[in-house]
Amino acid sequence: MATTEQHVEEHHHTSTGLDNKKMAMWAFLGSECLLFGALISAYLLYRKRGPGKHPADLYDIPFTSVSSFVLLMSSLTMVLALSGIQRGDGRRLRVWLVATAVLGMTFIAGQVYEFTTFVKEGMSLTSNAGASAFFVLTGFHGTHVSIGIIMLLSLVGLSLAGKLPAERSLAVELAGLYWHFVDIVWIVIFTVVYLVPS
Amino acid sequence: MAIAQRENLPATSLFRRPSATTGVWSWITTVDHKRIGILYGVTSFVFFILGGIEALLLRLQLAAPDGKVLDADLYNQLFTMHGTTMIFLVVMPMSAAFFNFFIPLMIGARDVAFPRLNAFSYWVFLLGGIFLYSSFFLGGFPDGGWFGYAPLSTESYGALPNAASRMDFWALGLQILGIASLVASVNFVTTIINMRAPGMSFMRMPVFVWMTLVVNFLLLFAMPVIAVALFQVMFDRFFGTGFFDVAMGGDPVLWQHMFWLFGHPEVYILILPAMGIVSEILPTFSRKPLFGYPFVVFSGIAIGFMGWGVWAHHMFAVGLGPVANSAFALSTMFIAVPTGVKIFNWLGTLWGGRIRFKTPMLFSLGFVAMFVIGGLSGVTHALVPHDAQQTDTYYIVAHFHYVLFGGAIFGLFAGMYYWWPKVFGRLLGERLGKLHFWLMLIGFNLTFGPMHILGLQGMARRYYRYRAEDGFTAWNFIATVGSFIIALSILVFLVNVALAHRKPKTASADPWDGRTLEWTIPSPPPEYNFAEIPTVHAVDDFWHRKYAEDKSGRAQPVPAGGSEEAESGHDGHGIHMPSPSYFPLVAALGLPLIGYGLIYQWAIAAVGAMMTLVGLYGWALEPSTEPEPAQHESTSSRVAD
Ligand code: HEM
Ligand SMILES: [Cu+2]
Repeated sequence: MATTEQHVEEHHHTSTGLDNKKMAMWAFLGSECLLFGALISAYLLYRKRGPGKHPADLYDIPFTSVSSFVLLMSSLTMVLALSGIQRGDGRRLRVWLVATAVLGMTFIAGQVYEFTTFVKEGMSLTSNAGASAFFVLTGFHGTHVSIGIIMLLSLVGLSLAGKLPAERSLAVELAGLYWHFVDIVWIVIFTVVYLVPS
Repeated sequence: MAIAQRENLPATSLFRRPSATTGVWSWITTVDHKRIGILYGVTSFVFFILGGIEALLLRLQLAAPDGKVLDADLYNQLFTMHGTTMIFLVVMPMSAAFFNFFIPLMIGARDVAFPRLNAFSYWVFLLGGIFLYSSFFLGGFPDGGWFGYAPLSTESYGALPNAASRMDFWALGLQILGIASLVASVNFVTTIINMRAPGMSFMRMPVFVWMTLVVNFLLLFAMPVIAVALFQVMFDRFFGTGFFDVAMGGDPVLWQHMFWLFGHPEVYILILPAMGIVSEILPTFSRKPLFGYPFVVFSGIAIGFMGWGVWAHHMFAVGLGPVANSAFALSTMFIAVPTGVKIFNWLGTLWGGRIRFKTPMLFSLGFVAMFVIGGLSGVTHALVPHDAQQTDTYYIVAHFHYVLFGGAIFGLFAGMYYWWPKVFGRLLGERLGKLHFWLMLIGFNLTFGPMHILGLQGMARRYYRYRAEDGFTAWNFIATVGSFIIALSILVFLVNVALAHRKPKTASADPWDGRTLEWTIPSPPPEYNFAEIPTVHAVDDFWHRKYAEDKSGRAQPVPAGGSEEAESGHDGHGIHMPSPSYFPLVAALGLPLIGYGLIYQWAIAAVGAMMTLVGLYGWALEPSTEPEPAQHESTSSRVAD
């Protein structure tokens, strides 16, 4: 009867035919758009304000391009993970989930390196309004990536424990939605924050 | 019969779900939307009393010249807490009480889309409120106003030990409360879009459901804006960033933009639920359908959109320049149009109706009248030269109390009297109800009517004291008397509740001859709401089951008689509801700890974060809600959580 349970959990009827959890995820991501919208606006307003060094003076565009590329690739591996679980292949699922998480961690490592270099070069969180806005915006994005990594690794754990059968692919799909969203936000940040002013 | 309860798995798992169905634990672990609705209602009412006591203290101080009840510091704390309480801890959660209890009933669903998320949002709300009020014992209430303008919010005026500030509690408390609202809005948007009974198309939804949907979309998009602004304040406070520090290139006006970009939609978040409630009550007690249902719906949606384009009318005095000021003046006058449309629809509903002046109806009529006054004084603020005179005077205080109290609170009381029998199975007394209404109406107008005059005479908002020579004495005295009449009316309400609850539960399923689905099931509703999920054929479906129209368009009872408890033959056998859970509370408990930690000691924050994480993992790993259903009905559970 375990299948009946699944049936109720994942394929229950809804007015729109769209799963409740997916709808909720879309609603949440819509809300996140405003969160990042507000952070980006504050940055654009402040980027050159206040004394001292500003973010645009210090950007290392080639470096950030590479780490952006790494993050973009992680969307690809995420798609592969989803197709893994949809085919009922737990091993493939785990391999690609771990790959996604590793790419995410590489991006975070790049961000940590970037932040420390900026601080060494004399621009910290408290240098001026532009720097504050920069660190808070990119730091928020980094936090989102980190939460995503925790989600991915939790899924790996579930799968290892045998609690992630193909019928539960929705869980991976939801994590994927979130992950892709965070990637897209980064493309916007990279374009608007890093590339446009230079 | 026993099967229609929330079940739990055998005691084998670490994550066994709790099973108490009575007593305190059953309330603490409940995931039933009706119980959560009651929790929301009771809690917000307690905060209403606290906020009211604060208001009375303010009024006592202002009753006569050279008031000596409060000093300036305490006055600041009390008006800050009064405003913060009334908005974030009273009107919003009291509206949420109605959403929780009635949205599933009105759309013909067994529960909300995510019952445990629902419980989580309640606990976060309660704990956020307690967090905010705990500041009193730790150095004083926040004292920078409910709008927290920088630098009132970024510098430590009321300094606490540890270089902390009272406004830390404000910023963190609102952040926590914002999480509750955001989570709830995701839940309600999903519930309304996805869980409607068969046949209930969008244009067949009750207006209250529509307004709830609009409000929750507003919350979804407004909460992140204030969240970012509060984060910026927190970063300025805790880490010395320069968002609002002019020396570092920051700009306090950015705070005002962000605050009001949230704040103006927020006023619609506060008023639209009351508008929805009144749009249910007026038709019921006029025995006519709502006049122009599509107009009411679309004007509600229009308000939802236009509410984003008017925020700077709160900032005419900042000096944004004539172009910005004119643009926002214009957009503000435009938004008065859909609001006016609604008023005409309500009047049209009354027109030619067979009106019954029961208490809910009186409060609804009071709502319409007071809201019109508040709306008209609002339009006068849209004229920039007028606003230059009125802003930050008692004229504004009068305006927003007519809207928030005369509007939102009257509407919420209307809803309480209307739906009390459905929630508790008992009708509130009519005589005491009417006494409550008249006392409140009179007291309200005595309190806030004179404030228009005081404002025009030049009495500034947030004066904590005035002199006899200022000429404000008489009207202030009247206002204070009025506020005590309001307090008396609330006492009458409490007596009414106490008396009603000494009587047995005798309310019928449909005491008012209602129009919407919640009246088709017993009062109070069983755990599973609908034994059989209804199928809907029209707006006001229940009414059409009971009445047909004769040649002149008047309602005539259907000969066969729409049975009152149409579908009560079913005992709920085979319906499985989600089991209770500890984890929403565990996850919520971590949040205030994080707050204290940020203010006092990082270690506490770490403990809080761990607690929330444990709660979330427990939540995700908890066994599924459905323990091997013996028999699986097609309509059984549509609840996923
Ligand atoms: C017994 C009923 C009430 C009385 C006597 C009352 C009285 C007052 C007074 C005297 C002030 C302070 C004005 C000042 O010095 O600036 C105030 C402010 C305020 N009130 Fe009320 N009020 C009542 C109910 C409400 C309700 C029901 C709401 C909202 C739903 C509300 C919302 C506010 C807000 C937002 C402020 C502004 C606080 C600030 O300036 O930071 N009040 N009220
Ligand atoms: Cu406004």
